[in-house]
Amino acid sequence: MSPRTERLARTWSDPPGLRGFLTTVDHKRIAARYIVVTMALLALDGLVAVDMRLQLAFPGLQRLHAQGFNEAFSLHGSGMMFLVSVPVMEAMAIWLVPLMLGQRNMAFPRLNAFSFWMYLGGVLMIWVPHIANVTPDLGWFEYAPLSGPAYSPGHRADVWAQMITFTEVAALAASVNTFVTIMRLRPPGMTLARMPLFLWAMLITSLMTIFALPAVMLVTSMLIADRLVATHFFDVAAGGDVILFQHLFWFFGHPEVYIIFIPALGFVAAIVETFCRRPTFGYVPIVLSLVAIGVLAFGLWVHHMFATGLPRLGNSLYTAASLVIAIPAGLQIFCYIATIWSGRPRFRTPLMWVVAFIVTFVIGGLSGLMTASAPLDLQLTDTYFVVAHLHYVLIGGALFPLFGAFVYWYPKATGRLMSEAWGKVSFWLIVGGFNLGFFPMHLLGLMGMPRRIYTYPPETGWGPLNIVATAGAAIAALGAAIFVANALLSLRRGAVAGADPWGGSTLEWSTASPPPPHNFDYTPLVKDRTPLWTGGQPQLDGLALDRRELLLTTPVEALPDYRQRSPGPSVWPLLTALAVGAMFVGSIFTPWALVLGALPVGAAVTGWFWPKRRES
Amino acid sequence: MRRRIAIGLALGLGGCAGRQSALDPASDQAVALHGLLGLMLAVCGIAYLLVLLFLGWALWRHRRRLDHAVELEPHDRVLQLGLGAWAGLMALGLVVLIGGSFLVDRTLARHDEAAADIRVTGHQWWWRLEYRDPAGGWIETANELHLPANRPTRIEIRSADVIHSFWIPNLSGKIDMIPGRTNHLTVTPRRLGWVRGQCAEFCGLQHARMALEVKVDTPEDFAAWLAGQARPAAAPSSPGAARGLSLIASGTCASCHRIRGAVGGGRAGPDLTHLASRRSLAAGTLPMSRGALGGWITQPQALKPGAEMPASGLAPDEALAIVSYLEGLR
Repeated sequence: MSPRTERLARTWSDPPGLRGFLTTVDHKRIAARYIVVTMALLALDGLVAVDMRLQLAFPGLQRLHAQGFNEAFSLHGSGMMFLVSVPVMEAMAIWLVPLMLGQRNMAFPRLNAFSFWMYLGGVLMIWVPHIANVTPDLGWFEYAPLSGPAYSPGHRADVWAQMITFTEVAALAASVNTFVTIMRLRPPGMTLARMPLFLWAMLITSLMTIFALPAVMLVTSMLIADRLVATHFFDVAAGGDVILFQHLFWFFGHPEVYIIFIPALGFVAAIVETFCRRPTFGYVPIVLSLVAIGVLAFGLWVHHMFATGLPRLGNSLYTAASLVIAIPAGLQIFCYIATIWSGRPRFRTPLMWVVAFIVTFVIGGLSGLMTASAPLDLQLTDTYFVVAHLHYVLIGGALFPLFGAFVYWYPKATGRLMSEAWGKVSFWLIVGGFNLGFFPMHLLGLMGMPRRIYTYPPETGWGPLNIVATAGAAIAALGAAIFVANALLSLRRGAVAGADPWGGSTLEWSTASPPPPHNFDYTPLVKDRTPLWTGGQPQLDGLALDRRELLLTTPVEALPDYRQRSPGPSVWPLLTALAVGAMFVGSIFTPWALVLGALPVGAAVTGWFWPKRRES
Repeated sequence: MRRRIAIGLALGLGGCAGRQSALDPASDQAVALHGLLGLMLAVCGIAYLLVLLFLGWALWRHRRRLDHAVELEPHDRVLQLGLGAWAGLMALGLVVLIGGSFLVDRTLARHDEAAADIRVTGHQWWWRLEYRDPAGGWIETANELHLPANRPTRIEIRSADVIHSFWIPNLSGKIDMIPGRTNHLTVTPRRLGWVRGQCAEFCGLQHARMALEVKVDTPEDFAAWLAGQARPAAAPSSPGAARGLSLIASGTCASCHRIRGAVGGGRAGPDLTHLASRRSLAAGTLPMSRGALGGWITQPQALKPGAEMPASGLAPDEALAIVSYLEGLR
């Protein structure tokens, strides 16, 4: 190790032991925590899904009763949407964005730590009450008035609403951070037009998150107010309106699907580029498509509400808008296949996941066209057709690329490669089991099986396809177990990776695996979109070695702007998160928690922002 | 041509017929939606096939590739033209789908101005049904909908508590039952016989046990059936049944249930005037039978936990008397 590396590593490393654990602001450590927790929850919520599949395998089963089943799909849906899919994409961004930028940390390191602690609060908010048997039992969108005080006494609905508050604070913090990092911390020369596609994807995702999430925080806060201080937002008898709940929820809920999906497109773009040995085909069309999806996604929330009896003219408009979003999505699919077609592909597991993504996601996209048609949706919505559709989109469209990304960047994070052989075994089991499990659900929905029913009578004829679906789920679960075992065993036994095992094109592959605390010894200077393939990137010096400093550049042209001090380890993000969390939890029980709870929050934030004398 | 493919594909799925299935349409509205499904499947099927062909070609042509040198500036002219063609094809397909969707929507809207003949109100977890009486007023029943064939029937949809969704897949798409709002639906059934509907919006604990039996009759049979429902309840036919009636009238049953001509009763629960003429009990939970009636009135919470009907605490002989009265309510 060169003396320079050593000095920088000392400057950027955390204090040892527990103190370092609680105070770290290292984006890699924070992201790793995020990813470990989301993966653990993915496994838990997946097991809950297997539990539901067992209950539905045969008509009239009694192993999970109505209450147990309702809790199961609520835990599964809320967990997967709020605590797994969105956070895992943010986590990948927190880990990858600074590395792809040749940077040493995110723009707001402490906000990053705060975001994770808030997210952890959200996880505890739903799983601790579950242990105490106060599990939410109204699904992942808890429509009023069913979730209102009249029909849901007790605290199950409050737990759900506050879990959302926690995770949305976390997601907003992460998104602001990602956005500013991409806009101001790009290396000199990496203009907007030279950004890797993954960064474009995250830039758009973080903007979308910032616009979409306030709507759901608003609606859950209104619900809590109805329940806690007897406001009447959703109380029909007092002049409230229950459709308002749905508008606000889906104004967030539909963009959320794309907030999960667009980062996955970023993974796909990165993987096809590296494994097809050429720059991804259609950079400009892909960027424009991402922007188009980001804009259009806000104009089609009503297609979740076609059955509520809104005016027909409006429905036709939302039908057209929903169908039009197929064009930017379809253009990207073309571009990724075209990259394979014209490249020199190496079929390693990450690229196989991309192929599986195309084959399955397109089915989900096309079934999405069917649900986007206002009249046809009246037969499809709230049936197993939608269950099939949403899993094709979210598993095929987001999780398959995520698994590919996991295998692809695993050597960068751990220094070792995952086993290809076991990777292929788990690939075939997951992809095969998934399709066997979910394809029959399209048919079940058309055959009249509604969502969220804990049982069905034998004369409906849904039995045989349900057995097939359950068998498929079991096979996919086995594949997932092998995937996890592969990831754990490869930590010790995998082949040593070196800095660039795949011959990647982007900056993260130029530093050691795993990267040192400061990521890069020098600031790279970028001249094109694939800096590692064009070779010999010039490097810049000039940042302090003994003090945490980052180089800021201008938002569009990425011209060097100024050096910015970057904060070191601090316990204040954790303390602030604890204070905010206490306020959130308390407000389930009494409105005074907001008043009294504001005092510790104020104290913690004061400590966080207390001005420090500048070290020389 | 495209239309013909669509119909062919749709017919291919016809093997999945069922008493509660969108694939076995039995009304004008369901047939129109089924046709739209066929059109969608055809267009989407072609799109998927094209994607698979392109992907398959891309994979096949590299199956034995050994050189993996990076190519920084590949020749992409052909692919760029392909991208443009693909965009044009997608736009064309979408125009077809938007057009088809719009036309079917017009079909569904055809009778939007008519007055409603039937009112359906969703309750946790059963259906209140009211039919316009040709003689004036409304006739109330529950959980079993009768419809006349070959003419449009306008149905008014409401909810008494939370959001439910009214869905009879063989006859129509679903429409939500929303507290504080009134929705409408028109069905023109074309096939006689029984189909089944079910609540399609999660509405609480027993959402799964909120089914609706539906019978399509000839207009004459429907009129006769309606006239029968309009009559007051049958008088008790035995001393046991008479005791049952007096137990209902004096006990807790009457606080929620009404039996026209016999028990004034409340309206919180289903109208029981012609209870025994229905096929099932408790919104499709149990088939109508003497045993099921006895089980339901003594232990409703064991059969449908969470239902609004409390355990009655009846002695066995009292329950027997009530059952013998109820089974005479045809």
